[in-house]
Amino acid sequence: MNAPSSFQTDALIAEDIEAYLEQHQNKSLLRFITCGSVDDGKSTLIGRLLYDSKMIFEDQLAALESDSIKHGTQGQEIDFALLVDGLAAEREQGITIDVAYRFFATEKRKFIVADTPGHEQYTRNMVTGASTADLAVILVDARKGVLQQTRRHSYLVHLLGIRHVVLAVNKMDLVGYDRATFDSIVADYRAFAQSIGISEFTAIPISGFKGDNITAAPSANTPWYEGPALIQHLETVEVDAAAAQTQPFRMPVQWVNRPNLDFRGFAGQIASGTIRPGDPVRIVPSGKTSTVKTITTFDGDLDEAVAGQSVTLTLADEVDCSRGDLIAAAGDPPQASDQFCATFVWMDEEALKPGRGYWLKIGSQMVTATVQPPKYEIDINSLEHLAARTLDLNAIGVAEFATDRPIAFEPYDVNRQLGGFILIDKFTNATVAAGMIAFNLRRADNVHWQPLAITREDHAGLKNQTPRVLWFTGLSGSGKSTIANEVEKQLFLMNRHTFLLDGDNVRHGLNRDLGFTEADRIENIRRVGEVAKLMADAGLIVLTAFISPFRAEREMVRKMLAAGEFIEIFVDTPLDVAEGRDVKGLYKKARSGELKNFTGIDSPYEPPESPEIRVNTVDMTPEEAARYIIARILPLK
Amino acid sequence: MRSLTHLERLEAESIHIFREVVAEAENPVMLYSVGKDSSVMLHLARKAFYPAPPPFPMLHVASGWDFADLLAHRDRTVREYGLRLIIAQNEEAEAQGINPFDTGSALYSQAQLTDPLKRALTAHGFDAAFGGGRRDEEKARAKERIFSFRNAAHRWDPKNQRPELWNLYNAKKAKGESIRVFPISNWTELDIWQYIALEKIDIVPLYFSKPRPTVERDGMLLVVDDDRFRLEPGEEPVTRPVRFRTLGCYPLTGATESEATEMNDIIQEMLLATGSERQGRAIDKGQSASMEDKKAEGYF
Repeated sequence: MNAPSSFQTDALIAEDIEAYLEQHQNKSLLRFITCGSVDDGKSTLIGRLLYDSKMIFEDQLAALESDSIKHGTQGQEIDFALLVDGLAAEREQGITIDVAYRFFATEKRKFIVADTPGHEQYTRNMVTGASTADLAVILVDARKGVLQQTRRHSYLVHLLGIRHVVLAVNKMDLVGYDRATFDSIVADYRAFAQSIGISEFTAIPISGFKGDNITAAPSANTPWYEGPALIQHLETVEVDAAAAQTQPFRMPVQWVNRPNLDFRGFAGQIASGTIRPGDPVRIVPSGKTSTVKTITTFDGDLDEAVAGQSVTLTLADEVDCSRGDLIAAAGDPPQASDQFCATFVWMDEEALKPGRGYWLKIGSQMVTATVQPPKYEIDINSLEHLAARTLDLNAIGVAEFATDRPIAFEPYDVNRQLGGFILIDKFTNATVAAGMIAFNLRRADNVHWQPLAITREDHAGLKNQTPRVLWFTGLSGSGKSTIANEVEKQLFLMNRHTFLLDGDNVRHGLNRDLGFTEADRIENIRRVGEVAKLMADAGLIVLTAFISPFRAEREMVRKMLAAGEFIEIFVDTPLDVAEGRDVKGLYKKARSGELKNFTGIDSPYEPPESPEIRVNTVDMTPEEAARYIIARILPLK
Repeated sequence: MRSLTHLERLEAESIHIFREVVAEAENPVMLYSVGKDSSVMLHLARKAFYPAPPPFPMLHVASGWDFADLLAHRDRTVREYGLRLIIAQNEEAEAQGINPFDTGSALYSQAQLTDPLKRALTAHGFDAAFGGGRRDEEKARAKERIFSFRNAAHRWDPKNQRPELWNLYNAKKAKGESIRVFPISNWTELDIWQYIALEKIDIVPLYFSKPRPTVERDGMLLVVDDDRFRLEPGEEPVTRPVRFRTLGCYPLTGATESEATEMNDIIQEMLLATGSERQGRAIDKGQSASMEDKKAEGYF
C-alpha cells in the first residue's frame, strides 16, 4: 500500500508540537456524505478512512478484532465495517439504519462524514445527511456497475444541491483492477448524470478493503489511473460556506440580546454575504431600514463578519426587529412572500394532508403553512412525474405552499440555508417533511388587502350582537344538527341574527366537488371555516354542524377567527349510543362495508381536548342542551 | 474573502445551537460536569449571549466521590462568571450503602448519576438540557441527534428521533417531554484541546501532570484523592506523575502516567496516544452496546 502521505505525521508531532499546532489551527472543514448500498463496501471505506487517519485507538482496534470474529463478514481479516455500524439492533441485523456522523482529519483538512444507509425505504435518512454536505461520494460496486439505487442516490444528491460529486468505483480488487470495467462504468454514469443535471463529477477506482487509491494514486494495481486519490480530492474541493460569502448580506435574527437598557443586539448566524459597521441594512419583511452600528462579539467588536459566523449586530436606529425577522443588505433584500412552489420530501409515517396547517420552519421563522395537493410526485427510480393526491413516507413531490404571513427566503438553488425548510406536525410535533423552495408564486408586497370602509365592528354594532362561531362537533348521529337547530330557534326568538351551516346546505352546493377521503374532509372544513369567518365579519352568529373529526382542522378554524370568537361545542355522544340511534342508517352501511371512510368505524374521530362547551346527549334533551349552550354564551352583546 | 477555519465553523455552529434553544425552550439548563468538554461548552455559551451572561443555570450532578480539585474549580468558575449553580446529589446513597468500591458500576452510575440527574430535571421543570456529548466519543453517540428527545420519564428511544436537516432544529415538544441538546456534537477530542489552547480556557488542574498518590488496581491507575479511598490489603499509595484525559468519580477514573504539565504537552500526548479517551472509565466497560443501554435509561 502507498504511504498515507496526507495523514498526520507522528514525527512532526513528536519533534515540534508548536509548529504542528500552528499548522493545524488553520485547517478548513469539509462535510461529505457517502451513498451506496449495504453491499457496496461503504462502511468498509469509512472504516478504512478512520483507520488510515489514526482515528482508531488500540482499545477500539482490540474490540474490533474480537467483533470481526463474532460478527464480521471478512473471515479472519479485520472487518472495518464493524467500526462504523452503531446501534445494537442494527448490528444484529448487520445493516446500518440511520445517519451516523464520523470524523477524521488529514494534514490539510478536517472532515465530517455523514454515513447513510443505502436501502430503498430510507430516503429520509439520506436526505438528512445530504442537507449539510458539501460533497457526495457515490459508491458503485465494480462488479455490478451503475444500479437503480446509484441513480436514486445521485438524484437525491442533486436535489439537495450538493455541487461536488465523486463516483467511487469500489471493489476494483474483485475485477482484477480492470481499466475497461472502470471506463465503461464511468461512461454509463456520465450519461445518466447529465440527464439529471449533474454536469461534473470525479470518478476514482478504489478498493476500500485493500486501500487502493484512497490516500495516494495511482496505486500499484492501477498504473493506468491518472486522477487524484480519494483523500487528495477531498482535500482540495471548494467548501460551500466560502461561496456564500459572495452573495448579498442576510442574517436571520435568532434572539434579541437585551442585557440592559443601553444594549439591544440582534444575534444570528450570517447566512450569506459580508457585513461591516456603517453598512445600510433592511429588516425583512417589515422593510424598515437602518445601519449597522457594531458587530459585537465576546472577543471584541469586529470590523467585518462573513457568512458562517455567529455574531450580534447592533443598529443605529431603534427599529422593530425580533426573532424570525431577517437583516439584509438594504439595497438588495431577499424576496418575501406567502405563496411559493417547493420540492419536498415526506418523512413521516402519516401521509401529507393537503389543506392541513403545519408548522413551517425556515431560518428562524416559524409560520403556519398549508400545502396544496401535489402537482406531481417524482418516481425516484424512473424520475417520471406521477399524479398524486398526497405524499407518503419517503415520497418526493412538488406542490404550492401558502403561509399565514409572508416569509423571507431565497430559492434553494441560490442559498441552501435561506431556501430549505422543514414542516412540523402541530399535534405530534414530528418533523414530517423537508422542503426546498423553487420559486415565489407572487410578490406578497404587491398584494394589498382591500381597505374596507365599513368595519366588522360596524356590522356587529348595527346588529347589536357579538359575532361568534358556534362550532358543533361530534360523531354522526350524535345530535349536532338537532341541537344546533334548536339553539338557532331560541336565538331567533331573542332577536339575534344567526345562520346555520350544515351538511345539507354546504355539501350540495359549495362543497359538492368533495368526497369523504381524509384530504376532502380537511378541505370541506377549511371552506366551511372560511365561510363562517366571512359571516362573522358580517356580524352574524354562525352555527356549524359538521362531524369535523380532526383536531387540527378545528384548531385551524379557531385561528382564522378573532380571539374568543370560536366556541367549540362537543356533542359528546358515545359511539354505541349514536350507532343505536342510526337515524340515517349510515352505521349499518358502514358496518357492512358498503360505506367507506365512516367516522368512528373505519376513520378516526379526535375528540376535543378542552372544548368551550360539552353537552351530554344521553342525559339531556335537545331543548335542554340548547338552553345549556345559550346560558354559556351570554351575554350576546 | 475570508475562509473560516474548522474551529471557527464549529464555534459558530455551537453558538447557533445555544441561541436556538434559548429562543425556543421555556426553561433550559446546562449540565456542567466541570470537565474539559463542559469548560468548552461554558465558554461557547458565554460567547453566544455576550454581553449578557448565559441565560440559564448550570446543573452539576455530584456523586459525592468527585475529585476535590474539580469541586474547587467548579466553585471558582461559578463565582468568577456570576453563574447560577444547582447541585444534584443522591443524598440517600450513602445510607443505602452505595459506593464506588462495593457497588457494581451499572447500579452505581444509575444511583449516583442517572437518578439524581433525572430527579433534578423533573424537580426544576427544565425542558431543555445542554450536554457535552460528542459524536466521536462512542459508536452509539455517532448517531445521536443534536436535539435529542426524551419522554416524560427521560427515556431515549433510538428508533424515534427527528431528522435534522440543514441548521434547522425542531424544538417543539409536548408537555412533560424534554430535549437533551448537544451543542458540541461535531467536535472531536482534538478540536476540544485545540480550542482550549487557542482560547486559553481555564480547565481543572487534574488534566495536567503532577505527582499524585496512586495505586494500581485492575489495570487502572487510581488516585487516592481523599482518606475515604479504601485500600486493599497490601496496597500502598505510590507517588507518580499522573494526569487525566477524562474525569469521573475519582475511585473509578483511571489516570495515565505523564510528564505533560503544559497545554501543548497534553495535545502532543493525545495525538500520539494509542488508547481512546473513554478507556479510563470503568463505567463504559461491559458489552459494547452498553452506552446505548445507559442512554436509553436517561444517562447523558
